[in-house]
Amino acid sequence: VTELKNLKLELDRFRLRIIAAAVFVLVGFGLLTARMVYLQVLHHEELSTRAESNRIAVVPIVPNRGRIVDRNGVVLATNYTAYTLEITPSKVDDLDATINSLGEVIEIQTRDRRRFKRQLEESKSFESLPIRTRLSDEEVARFIAQRFRFPGVEIKARLFRNYPLGETASHLLGYIGRINQTEKTAMEDWDDEAQANYRGTEYIGKLGLEQSYETELHGITGFEQIETSAGGRAVRRLASQPATPGNTLVLSVDIKLQAMVEELFGDRRGALVAIDPRNGEVLAFVSKPTFDPNLFVDGIDVDNWRNLNESIDKPLLNRALRGTYPPGSTFKPFMAMAALTTGKRSASTIIQDNLVFNFGGRNFGSPETDRPGPKDMRTAIVTSSNVYFYSLANEMGVDLIHDQLMPFGFGRKTGIDMEGEVTGDLPSTEWKRRKFKRPEQQKWYAGETISLGIGQGYNNFTMLQMATAMSTLASGGLRFEPRLVREIEDLVTREKRTVSSQALTPLPLKPENVAVIRDAMNGVAISGTSARVFAGAAYQSGGKTGTAQAVGIRQNEKYSGARMAEHLRDHSLYIAFAPVNNPQIALAVIVENAGWGSAAAAPIARRVFDYVLTGQMPSVEDIALTQKGLTMAPVGTPRPKDTVPLPMGTATSVALGLVPLAAAEPASAASATSGVAPTASAPGSLP
Amino acid sequence: MSHVFDRPSLWQRLQPVLTGFDGPMLLGLLVLATLGMTEMYSAGFDSGTRFADHGRNMLLGALIMFSVAQVSPQRLMRLAVPLYTVGVALLIATALFGMTKKGATRWLNLGVVIQPSEVLKIAMPLMLAWWFQKREGQLRPLDFAVAAVLLVIPVGLIAKQPDLGTSLLVLSAGVYVIFFAGLSWRLILPVLLAAAIGIGALVATGDDLCQDGVQWPVLREYQKHRICTLLDPTKDPLGKGFHIIQGKIAIGSGGITGKGLMQGTQTHLEFIPERTTDFIFASYAEELGLVGVLGLILTFTFVLMRGLFIAAEAPTVFTRLLAGSITLSFFTYAMVNMGMVSGILPVVGIPLPFISYGGTAMVSQGLALGILMAIARSRRLMQS
Repeated sequence: VTELKNLKLELDRFRLRIIAAAVFVLVGFGLLTARMVYLQVLHHEELSTRAESNRIAVVPIVPNRGRIVDRNGVVLATNYTAYTLEITPSKVDDLDATINSLGEVIEIQTRDRRRFKRQLEESKSFESLPIRTRLSDEEVARFIAQRFRFPGVEIKARLFRNYPLGETASHLLGYIGRINQTEKTAMEDWDDEAQANYRGTEYIGKLGLEQSYETELHGITGFEQIETSAGGRAVRRLASQPATPGNTLVLSVDIKLQAMVEELFGDRRGALVAIDPRNGEVLAFVSKPTFDPNLFVDGIDVDNWRNLNESIDKPLLNRALRGTYPPGSTFKPFMAMAALTTGKRSASTIIQDNLVFNFGGRNFGSPETDRPGPKDMRTAIVTSSNVYFYSLANEMGVDLIHDQLMPFGFGRKTGIDMEGEVTGDLPSTEWKRRKFKRPEQQKWYAGETISLGIGQGYNNFTMLQMATAMSTLASGGLRFEPRLVREIEDLVTREKRTVSSQALTPLPLKPENVAVIRDAMNGVAISGTSARVFAGAAYQSGGKTGTAQAVGIRQNEKYSGARMAEHLRDHSLYIAFAPVNNPQIALAVIVENAGWGSAAAAPIARRVFDYVLTGQMPSVEDIALTQKGLTMAPVGTPRPKDTVPLPMGTATSVALGLVPLAAAEPASAASATSGVAPTASAPGSLP
Repeated sequence: MSHVFDRPSLWQRLQPVLTGFDGPMLLGLLVLATLGMTEMYSAGFDSGTRFADHGRNMLLGALIMFSVAQVSPQRLMRLAVPLYTVGVALLIATALFGMTKKGATRWLNLGVVIQPSEVLKIAMPLMLAWWFQKREGQLRPLDFAVAAVLLVIPVGLIAKQPDLGTSLLVLSAGVYVIFFAGLSWRLILPVLLAAAIGIGALVATGDDLCQDGVQWPVLREYQKHRICTLLDPTKDPLGKGFHIIQGKIAIGSGGITGKGLMQGTQTHLEFIPERTTDFIFASYAEELGLVGVLGLILTFTFVLMRGLFIAAEAPTVFTRLLAGSITLSFFTYAMVNMGMVSGILPVVGIPLPFISYGGTAMVSQGLALGILMAIARSRRLMQS
């Protein structure tokens, strides 16, 4: 009976709770009803005035994109204002008719119409869309006179991106272009504030620094609340918040040095990366050939696009970042360092070099220039002995080589502040298992280890990795994530934020071992393979030449550069640092299909060092000869760097309206730019 | 002849499946569905196939409700523990290997992408109701502590994703069960009082607290931002503030009788963002006015009162608590959405039941209402 009573009690209590819940619901809805009466009865008049007779439009104010300047303040990317003719579709009754009659006043091409149509599909009808960009003053005047005929059509001043130096450093800067559909889709995953910040923004960084520093460069969108009459005319401005312009990027790159290197390459392909080993700042980041980023800003036309994209020289490939090459003999100093660190060899260990190393019945050879004899580590590096390093690789084995060289940054991303970096290949038994699918290919053969010693085999690295490794070795183990941007400056507060290179844990290299390698590399520049190039230098440098096979040479076949087609010839490489005792610069340079390292690559390195350490630039005559690979040490009278002007691109003239725009019959501009990111095939990987 | 008698007629076989539903509740839901379809047509006729899709979603929801209503509450009770366990396991998996979008890790890719927190909306009240059924007749204060732990684990996991909206819904569903189970008023009243004081203080000092650089405890920056936007929508006219301002203008301009279906200027000139989803109530109020709004609120009230009645009449502790919690959760959805759109609650992405467009919401509403129907039926079957 008590249990039943308990249940009854509990049920009663529950029913009380139900009543409480009902009260809760009624109070909540009561509040809501009060609110609705407040809005719909008490404030009805005020709110319906706001809704019906006046409409408030919130108009985003797109911020000025941040500028990019080099380490000395030279402007590399900036904006200029130009007039555009814009239509607000919702205010126009018959779009086609309006555009047709506009065409009688101002020239409107098929290209403009197509671009307008495409944008129309992608945007809301009350957004103002450009039908023509970059109007001349005369065109503006012509339209203003006829303006009354075109309600819903307006002249607006908009900002355009400009790269004043044209083709110089194009891979470094990248470019901006119209936001395409893929990017719009990606944006939907951004958080709400970031999306709101891009209301009204039409351009986005597509490549290079423009892409990787997009958030810094973009700035903060402002807004205007504009009260418009029923007819759509702006009546008054209610509130506004100005846009905050994007931040200025101050690069660590010296653009004059960069331009000089690009000029020294001439028509040759290749890449150069120069790093300050003391702090990881990138001084030059060259990939040749370059292209003119100004072509992309307003949508590249089909002809230009085809020229760039289908050229056998692959000008759109950022070779410094994404081109991987076998390092050839430039790998040897790192092998030697590994030998010292692991104790596999001491500096004084003598290896008898008889020019041929036999392993498993296979002969590994040496270049014709090599001389036989007993060699210690220094001699082996200075004379670039192959046999010394064949046997060293054999003694170490692939996995020990991998474990020793990986910390230098080989075969992994350096973490540079640019998107799209590739990892390259530093082989190990594990690497091969992952790389290949067929079981018989996954096994590592001891014979494959031998050629690793001279930087061939599966070895494949970017010049960025080579330069970073050189920098680490030269500094005695300091490691950084390289940085192209040095400072970010807030344009409003003038505050500068240092983007210092991310310091990584230093490598515990023994100073006496580092001294051995530095001395040996110094020997290369004094009496070794690059001695003639560095003759008469005002400083002591260390270096190592390298030659990388672009194609495999069959057994018993002699390599003859002269006989081969240009694209099949060997690549010329050089890695170097200077001054020897207090390194301020480390670099890696490759000239594709240019033969011996000392012939093409080392002369460029020499001139970079002259520039950085003595402030001298080569003479005009010297530049012309170097472009053809015909110089060693500089010829002619060097010029102090301050007396040499920067090369200017054609872009400024375009900006000033002096050059008529190329306007062939180009289809969708944005779809062209969307495909720009070069899918790097490794130029020069071994077959 | 005799076998005709032996075999029950089609009607006789179908009768238990088709009848026994709670008539008043069904009627209320039908009115809600009609209002929803009407406004969906009115708001969305000029942008795609929303009307037809909404109808399809409603049919799907109705089908689910109808099927779930056939399941006996005893069977549902057996599902409680497994469902809860799986739900929490999925939440942990999400925290470890979930997909991140817009800075929130809410999704899990199991071939299909799922959002495990949705499971907890149903699993949570089921689990707690199961727990109190287990402790029936021997309830001690410690049992409430256990219930609190069962509640806090998934809520904490969801809040950490972060997903404040869903975690509040799951939390409230659980709190309602605990409330109906008889948690002492001495514990409830102080919390309510503290909340009232807190909100009062926030409204009074909002300007100072919303300054840049002021860090709020517990809440993240974007959540602070939402509350501040509610207090002063003019600070963020491009983002959420724009929604609030335009929503208010739409509601207010509707007046007593509204501008008429398909006539809302705010709605059709694209001033109301998400006018077929989260903000459809603004369109509804603009076009149908205070009269329409009162009709909607009354219908909701009717449905909710009927739900509470079903709870009061339910046969077991499990069914009572479950029915009560489902009913109040339904209220929470409606209240939070309408409160948000009219500017008395912060902007949280919660749809208005039956009116807002959205397949997922329709499915989970069908599920919850199906359970409610099943409870109502079980009572009837017992009586008959």
